[in-house]
Amino acid sequence: MQQFEERDYTQRFSWSLWKKILRYAKEYHKDLFKLIVVMGVTAGCDVLFPLMTSYAIDHFIPTETHAAETGNLPLFIVIYVALLAIQVAAIFYFLYLGGKVEVGACYTIRKQAFRKLQELPFSYYDRMPVGYLMSRMTSDTQRLSETIGWSLLDLAWGAVMIVAASVAMFLNNVRLTLMVLLVVPPLALISWWFQQRILKSYRAVRKTNSKITGAFNEGIMGAKTTKTLVLEDKNMEEFTVLTRDMKKSSVRAASLSAMYLPIVVSLGSLATAWALWKGGQQVGLPGGMTLGVFQLFVNYTMQFFEPIRNIANVFAEMQSAQAAAERVLTLLETEPDIVDTPEVEAVFGNSFSPKKENWPAIRGDVEFCHVDFQYKEGEKVLTDFNLHVRAGETVALVGPTGAGKSTVVNLVCRFYEPTAGEIKIDGVNYKERSQLWLQSSLGYVLQEPRLFSGTIRDNIRYARLDASDEEIENAARMVNAESFILKMEKGYDTDVGEGGSRLSTGEKQLISFARAILADPRIFVLDEATSSVDTQTEQMIQHAIQKVLSGRTSFIIAHRLSTIRTADRILVIDDGKIKEMGTHQELLRKKGAYYNLYTNQFQEDMAMEILGKAE
Amino acid sequence: MHKRSTRLMGSLIGNNIGHFLAGLLGTVMAVIIEFITPILLAETLDYYLQGKPSRMPGFINAWVDGWGGPAFMKQNLWIVGLALVGLNIISGLFSFMKSRALSVAGENVALTLRERLYNHIQHLPFAYHVKAETGDLVQRCTSDVETVRRFLSMQLMQVVNALMMIAFALVYLFRENARITWISMIMIPGLFAFAYLFFKWVIKNFRLSDEAEGKMSAVLQENLTGVRVVRAFGQQEYEVEKFEEVNADYRKKTFKLCNLLAVYWATSDMMSMTQSMITLLACVYFAVRGDITVGTMIIFTSYIWKLLFPIRQLGRILSDAGKSSVALERIDEILREKEEPEEPNALRPSLKGDIVFDHVTFGYEENRDVLRDMSFVIPAGKTVAILGATGSGKSSMVHLIQRLFEVRQGEIRIGGIPISQIDRQYLRSRVGLVLQEPFLYSKTLRENVAIAHRDASEEEIDRAVTDAAAKEFILDSDKGYDTLVGERGVTLSGGQKQRVAIARTLMKENDILIFDDSLSAVDTETDAAIRSALKKHSRNTTTIIISHRIVTLSQADLILVVEDGRVTEQGTHQQLIHSGGLYSKIFNIQTALEEEFKEENTGYATV
Repeated sequence: MQQFEERDYTQRFSWSLWKKILRYAKEYHKDLFKLIVVMGVTAGCDVLFPLMTSYAIDHFIPTETHAAETGNLPLFIVIYVALLAIQVAAIFYFLYLGGKVEVGACYTIRKQAFRKLQELPFSYYDRMPVGYLMSRMTSDTQRLSETIGWSLLDLAWGAVMIVAASVAMFLNNVRLTLMVLLVVPPLALISWWFQQRILKSYRAVRKTNSKITGAFNEGIMGAKTTKTLVLEDKNMEEFTVLTRDMKKSSVRAASLSAMYLPIVVSLGSLATAWALWKGGQQVGLPGGMTLGVFQLFVNYTMQFFEPIRNIANVFAEMQSAQAAAERVLTLLETEPDIVDTPEVEAVFGNSFSPKKENWPAIRGDVEFCHVDFQYKEGEKVLTDFNLHVRAGETVALVGPTGAGKSTVVNLVCRFYEPTAGEIKIDGVNYKERSQLWLQSSLGYVLQEPRLFSGTIRDNIRYARLDASDEEIENAARMVNAESFILKMEKGYDTDVGEGGSRLSTGEKQLISFARAILADPRIFVLDEATSSVDTQTEQMIQHAIQKVLSGRTSFIIAHRLSTIRTADRILVIDDGKIKEMGTHQELLRKKGAYYNLYTNQFQEDMAMEILGKAE
Repeated sequence: MHKRSTRLMGSLIGNNIGHFLAGLLGTVMAVIIEFITPILLAETLDYYLQGKPSRMPGFINAWVDGWGGPAFMKQNLWIVGLALVGLNIISGLFSFMKSRALSVAGENVALTLRERLYNHIQHLPFAYHVKAETGDLVQRCTSDVETVRRFLSMQLMQVVNALMMIAFALVYLFRENARITWISMIMIPGLFAFAYLFFKWVIKNFRLSDEAEGKMSAVLQENLTGVRVVRAFGQQEYEVEKFEEVNADYRKKTFKLCNLLAVYWATSDMMSMTQSMITLLACVYFAVRGDITVGTMIIFTSYIWKLLFPIRQLGRILSDAGKSSVALERIDEILREKEEPEEPNALRPSLKGDIVFDHVTFGYEENRDVLRDMSFVIPAGKTVAILGATGSGKSSMVHLIQRLFEVRQGEIRIGGIPISQIDRQYLRSRVGLVLQEPFLYSKTLRENVAIAHRDASEEEIDRAVTDAAAKEFILDSDKGYDTLVGERGVTLSGGQKQRVAIARTLMKENDILIFDDSLSAVDTETDAAIRSALKKHSRNTTTIIISHRIVTLSQADLILVVEDGRVTEQGTHQQLIHSGGLYSKIFNIQTALEEEFKEENTGYATV
């Protein structure tokens, strides 16, 4: 489980990582470029406005030495209005572009990652809990796109602002400008130092916060257990540790940012003070400064800390978003370990654009030849496993949990591939065909039936999207699901709720049978449910199974006696090996493992049936 | 706002009144000092550099005159510079004080709310939790608390800040020049109204974007959890299209929101800039006429921005201020629920006596009785098995023994003492109840086992785990006892969870031990092993087992058969097998199995 421990802070800032990410957002490069240009324009305007004020002071206001010269006033107004218009347009445009890049990058990265997820094998899903994949696809991608959209923008604004203001000052007074700019390096250093710490401390806050959410979740879901074990006070003690921790880290983070701004402002005011002192002395002197220029210096120096804060913040932000970028990039760059070879893909197509015209029909003859399999290095689940199931045969797999029954079935479906040996379908190693070729001929009913949100009709149709309503209703009728479907408020068009939550387990099972029938698979895999449904539903499911199985090659992980009994062949699997194999009668007479299993199960089933009826 | 939630808000502020006052003082002082800076600049430009009339109060001018008047100041402007730096430092200190005090206040409020909620939820009665909706409750405890915190620690003072700014500006600016002040306020009502109305108007777009995001996450979640179905039917292509649809929709809605915000900021910037231009031109106009000095112009051009910015914020804050009162109301709704009452005079007697159900009637809802007039005796130290169909009331019976619910009529006594007089916590700590679907905490297996007895020794843990037949699979897990359970760790099967739950119950001292069908998910052999271990180690413990397994039932000292909320049969195995009731039916399965084998064999013979 170690491999997905969250790593959320990488020390080194890595340009190459961001370049790689940017490559995934190719279609927005142009917008990004425009964004930077527009941002430069905005910063330019920000620098020009104080210049305008300065001009106004020097030219329109009468002083002791010269009278007001208002000749240029109309032109001044025109330029001012024009600047204002440009500035407003630029603001609108950069907000528009920034939004477009952020939202668009998010969209396109998600799109590519989703496609990748559809190709990754089950072994990947075994390693990665759904929660982690979700956060990669949602919050990590979001974070990353925000950074792409807005960080460069802030960077461009800050850089242009500093440069342009410096130029404007240099043109007026070189010495004073040099003196004033001395404050920039320490400002930058302090900003960098603070911004990093501020971000780090907010990250600590977020971490504690998610722990608190977890604690609430657990406190509420586990409340019943908590009561029976009288753990209220102990839980509260643990929770208090968390809340105190939260307060401490939050106050720390808030204090850091509360400290930062006054410090940089005070430091920046040193430059203002300097400009005030040295500039003021020169006002009115021959070759000295005008009031307007003096005012300009004071004005610029008062704003200096702002672009510097922005730039420092961008770098810190990018450094911290880097972890999110890394996680998303890892997902995008993961190579699936079950792939169709280029030769196979050339003939049969891939999962997104199959070449069905080249697919040979499947009969359903399945053969395991000396198959070895392991999920994890060094933990063999199957060793030299051999089995030949003829087309149309029904095979029941029984045995204790963890014996390898599901493994056999997973290998048949090519959800995993053998580590050694081969599996032949109709006499050909299935690696010589495309995955989709096999999988679109599979019918697969899970132990815990999984439906998607949508109507009952949508769910059945999932097996074959071009099926007509009539075919769907036929499938439902075949598994006796129609009676309960028609009893629902909107019949086939009833919404099943998220994950089918509005239906009972038995109903969900019937629908998943209907779905499998609609696919008309040649190979059928059934992971039978152990969960007890009421007797009537149980019988309905039984009938459904019989219908589904007839004429198809079937693998059943069986718990119900009725299913086991009627199988053509029963395999007792333990420890990755076939322990006993034969028909029901043959195995009973052996009085071995199957006999014990069967008698136990018989009693359970009967007891449940009686108690179910007594209800 | 609801009356109760107003009181709650009042008490939250009241308990932190010192911090809030410090925050207020800091805010006011920071605003005042911020206003002095431009005046300093104006004074320099007008008085020190040009010898025009001074703005400073008399005592400062007395100093300046003492040093040599404006001419001296012009040569020594470093004094002004120093004053500026000094003012910035003082203002910085105040603003630090403000932010810190408010953050402490906000965090205190959040902490109080979180702890009160958590504690309260833990002490709500069992019945509440049977119906509770986890997602909604968690949301109230987290994001609603956050909304309240943010309101108190940030937004409240931002409002104060904006109002202060306006007040100071008006008072001072009117003194400086009334006409320019009027001109400088032309756009302000419009700006405020625009900010307020705009956010009221676009709020639904925020919601639309959130909803679209929710839909996208839902499709994603379904795809990830249903990956087997997707592959089994080869529907990758369809899934990609489905995701494309919601992904594109989310992009569209969010992009629309972005554009609206772009319109907002651009428009409000335009209004602000136009206002500042109007002010500048007004200043120029009056200056040309010689009515005002450069200093006045500086003061107006710098104040105008200080005014416009908080007004833009104010519109925004006010437009979503409603959120925090809704959040507080939602929090208060939880706090209003009644906790299990305290009983200071409750007894803590020995629980080693007989358990007597004396005409007990019980139901979860009025008019729907689950148990009806139920009477029986469970002798101390004996093992009693309960058999009944689903919904017959057998779980309710055992939950009543822990006082998770209260009986409606009749009485339950242990050792002659009615349990309604026994301290709940004490009772629960001495009665071990293992639920059918136990909850494991996301801690390690060791911590889960030792949860009710945290200072347990290795030997104690080892024994409980061995008795519960959980040792083998625990040692087989990746990290043994240190394996994490839950979302971040392994998912255990139903049977494994039950065994861990049994082990953790065995860790404490139990006078009474109850298994609420909690061996249903383990196989028959493990079931037998656990029971024989219990027999050895908990000889004198009264044990109640709900089960449908004939072996389990037959070995009990007493069997109770429950049907439809009543005890219909009770007795030993021998007494019940011939009664023709439910118990004998279950027992007869054995016979049926033999019949079945006969049939199979004859069937085989005829083939």
